Amino acid sequence: MEWETVIGLEIHTQLATRSKIFSGASTTYGAEPNTQACAVDLGLPGVLPVLNAEVVRMAAMFGLATHSTVASRSVFARKNYFYPDLPKGYQISQFELPIVHDGYLDIELEDGSSKRIGITRAHLEEDAGKSLHEAYLGKTGIDLNRAGTPLLEIVSEPDIRSAKEAVAYMKKIHALVRYLGISDGNMQEGSFRCDANVSVRPQGQQEYGTRAEIKNINSFRFVEQAINYEVERQIMLLEGGGTVVQETRLFDADRHETRSMRSKEEANDYRYFPDPDLLPVELDEAFLDAVRKTLPELPDARKARLVSEHGLSEYDAAVLTASRELADYFEAAVQAAGGAGKLTANWVMGELSGALNKSDCDITNSPVSAAALGGLLLRIEDGTISGKIAKQVFETMWKGEGSADDVIEQQGLKQISDSSAIEGIIRDVLDNNPKQIEQYRGGQEKLFGFFVGQVMKATQGKANPKQVNELLRKLLDS
Amino acid sequence: MYQKSLVELTADLQKGIYSSEELTRACLQRISAHDERLNSFVTVTEAQALVAAQAADVAIKAGSAGPLTGIPFAHKDIFCTNGVKTSCGSRMLDNFIAPYDATVTEKLLEAGAVMIGKTNMDEFAMGSSNETSFYGPVRNPWDETTVPGGSSGGSAAAVAARLVPASTGTDTGGSIRQPAALCGITGLKPTYGRVSRYGMIAFASSLDQGGPFTRSAADAAVMLGAMAGFDPRDSTSVERPVDDYVAQLNKPLQGLKIGLPKEYFGEGLDAAVGDAVAAAIDEFKKLGATVVDITLPNTHLSVPAYYVVAPAECSSNLSRFDGVRFGHRAENPKDLQDLYTRSRGEGFGEEVKRRILVGTYALSAGYYDAYYLKAQQARHLIRDDFLQAFEQVDVIMGPTAPSVAFKLGEKADDPVSMYLSDIYTIAVNLAGLPAISVPAGFCNGLPVGLQVIGNYFDEARLLNVGHQYQQVSDWHTRSPQGFE
Repeated sequence: MEWETVIGLEIHTQLATRSKIFSGASTTYGAEPNTQACAVDLGLPGVLPVLNAEVVRMAAMFGLATHSTVASRSVFARKNYFYPDLPKGYQISQFELPIVHDGYLDIELEDGSSKRIGITRAHLEEDAGKSLHEAYLGKTGIDLNRAGTPLLEIVSEPDIRSAKEAVAYMKKIHALVRYLGISDGNMQEGSFRCDANVSVRPQGQQEYGTRAEIKNINSFRFVEQAINYEVERQIMLLEGGGTVVQETRLFDADRHETRSMRSKEEANDYRYFPDPDLLPVELDEAFLDAVRKTLPELPDARKARLVSEHGLSEYDAAVLTASRELADYFEAAVQAAGGAGKLTANWVMGELSGALNKSDCDITNSPVSAAALGGLLLRIEDGTISGKIAKQVFETMWKGEGSADDVIEQQGLKQISDSSAIEGIIRDVLDNNPKQIEQYRGGQEKLFGFFVGQVMKATQGKANPKQVNELLRKLLDS
Repeated sequence: MYQKSLVELTADLQKGIYSSEELTRACLQRISAHDERLNSFVTVTEAQALVAAQAADVAIKAGSAGPLTGIPFAHKDIFCTNGVKTSCGSRMLDNFIAPYDATVTEKLLEAGAVMIGKTNMDEFAMGSSNETSFYGPVRNPWDETTVPGGSSGGSAAAVAARLVPASTGTDTGGSIRQPAALCGITGLKPTYGRVSRYGMIAFASSLDQGGPFTRSAADAAVMLGAMAGFDPRDSTSVERPVDDYVAQLNKPLQGLKIGLPKEYFGEGLDAAVGDAVAAAIDEFKKLGATVVDITLPNTHLSVPAYYVVAPAECSSNLSRFDGVRFGHRAENPKDLQDLYTRSRGEGFGEEVKRRILVGTYALSAGYYDAYYLKAQQARHLIRDDFLQAFEQVDVIMGPTAPSVAFKLGEKADDPVSMYLSDIYTIAVNLAGLPAISVPAGFCNGLPVGLQVIGNYFDEARLLNVGHQYQQVSDWHTRSPQGFE
């Protein structure tokens, strides 16, 4: 039987505010346990939450950027359950009336087509603290620094049909929140993670199959692995005559498998009700207009512009706009390179990306700045150096040994474009290799490459290759 | 000096007739002499009070004193007080020293008032008789075999017995007005949002409101003036200037329109209480007020709606008492479940557990619509009744409670009968309106309270009405035998 996979993702993205969603405590990552938890975060008796206005603005930005409705009235609700790292015994979230709903996002598939994924809703909520089970022998430590960190939970429609699509969607959301500047998207620090609802059904069947929810996946790779494992597990189960049970599963990254955490029967009844400590969030058109004006150029629009402005291919433009930082770098480099779009694209996606990968470095702290790279490309454009020499210059620049012009100057790498000088060198080469000239003239034309090589060797690669070719042919054939 | 009103004490302090320290010592002396019988205090903060009194005396001498500078008062033990035990009448918080001040605590501190201690109360403010306290019942100074009312029973009894001139309370379904009525003093529940709830341990967040207990409306005007105001730390507090309550006390009542809801004078009302209230209303007529019969047709929904909304909110509000970070923690828990179960099982009393269970049930999947949502709809109907009435009248009057103070233990085993003692006060909380209870006579030697309900933010009028009545009556000046 042919099976169809049905996936919906719930992405939790941490909003990049300085203080928490309902208190003034700092959200900085990595502080000593419990040093960033104030009375409100600790859930002391008598404390009350006060909404951080910044999270509302950020959620509205996300809504506007995803063609969603930003609700004129949304309501915070309490999700009640007991857990030691949940100080109040309830999480403040949004339930019936989320701040953002009914939008979509288009993703690009591998075959070059695009697909629309519906966004059911995005709601604001506070994060819980962290339970530390390993560090204390036989005991559990509670770190509440994280408690009250603002999250936007983005829930997709079950429109995703494969692990690859899920990854493409997740990457697109990741790029978007970073473009919008509403999240740093740092997956190691847990600022961006997702739950995947996965089910399978016979190809052509209308009803959805029973789904399993895989919790807390914190990398693109794991999303793909977890979904693929889960799909295979469900198909094997069904083909063996079994049934899928609705349950929550955990992905074990070491074993590349999912395993059951709790079944539907064990699921909590969260007893949601509107939080009486907080007023409904009411937004008017004037507010949304003001937010709309602050929206940066979004990935899709930017990609289209790069294609039309710089003549890039769709593929190159998609790669370069995958993150706002990369696109910013590219555009700054193009400008410094005097508008050489295609050349800059090749360098950013080639040499630069390779070097960044090799030294495990991020584009935002690249040792070679966009302006510096542009300066190097400018020297290729104006013929000062060849592309080959440029790679050598780039390596030196990467080590922090100055600008392109400095390196060219210090290492004497300036391209020799003076015809008479090149001609002199060619004559020397020809004089020293009479046997090869004879063979060449005798019909062994592939020896032409040998002479080019000798000239380049004699000039340490600095001779303008085009000129070398022309002059050499002229002298040999004369 | 303990027989004097707050306003009189302020005048005497400022004239230098006695110092705040002397006054504070006198109050401390009254507490040690009488409170063993009443049990109105959980904590007496003697050393701290004397330091505050000395500071107040300095301010008075420097001429920088306000109307509350140097005035001793007691906090209901529901307001967080930095460095002082804040028990909420519960074993759960018997070991809890609040690490911060409630906004109301801060405001009274800034006003120079001298906190003398924390008063006994029904556990987590759940009760109408002060019998659910972990620290034992409070006794009514008018008859020590009767209850003082609740949940702010300790605060009411302490003022009635002349241990302190003023105290704070909280009112979720009548917890200021009913004990004020049963103890023969003045108690004001402000409009929801007028007094900050920050640092006031939550029972039912959408209903709770702090307010003062005093012997007179004029004294309450001074207290409310200090307690009220917008607080950015409480999202439900309302950004609106605080009226000058004292300045409006003396407005004549000529032309005041009083609404008498027929639902507040029907079955269930003790006849003698009804007579006392009727007599009080006659006094208002003599002052130039007119009386209109009105109807609040959805009054019968208020007790059922309240006993869904309040338990629902409390079931969630009290989840934080889990033995993990503060409060009672079971010894040697064998696992997490055991820690939760025993900490909460041991820490909470019967009434609190009952309400948590009721509330948990009402919010459960499949029941939410039938209970919580329905109750919220009833709440809208109740509020609309009042809004309609206030198109016709300036204030609404009736009895505060259906009877005078009942015997200790009389209703303790019958929660429904206990709940009905708040039948006239609960609707006001559901609507979020302000209301005051003032002494209006006696039945069998026990005080009767007159409740005056006002429109939103009409506290100044309620205090004015109460004050004018107290100019022509002397119920509020009487003190219980043995405490004169």
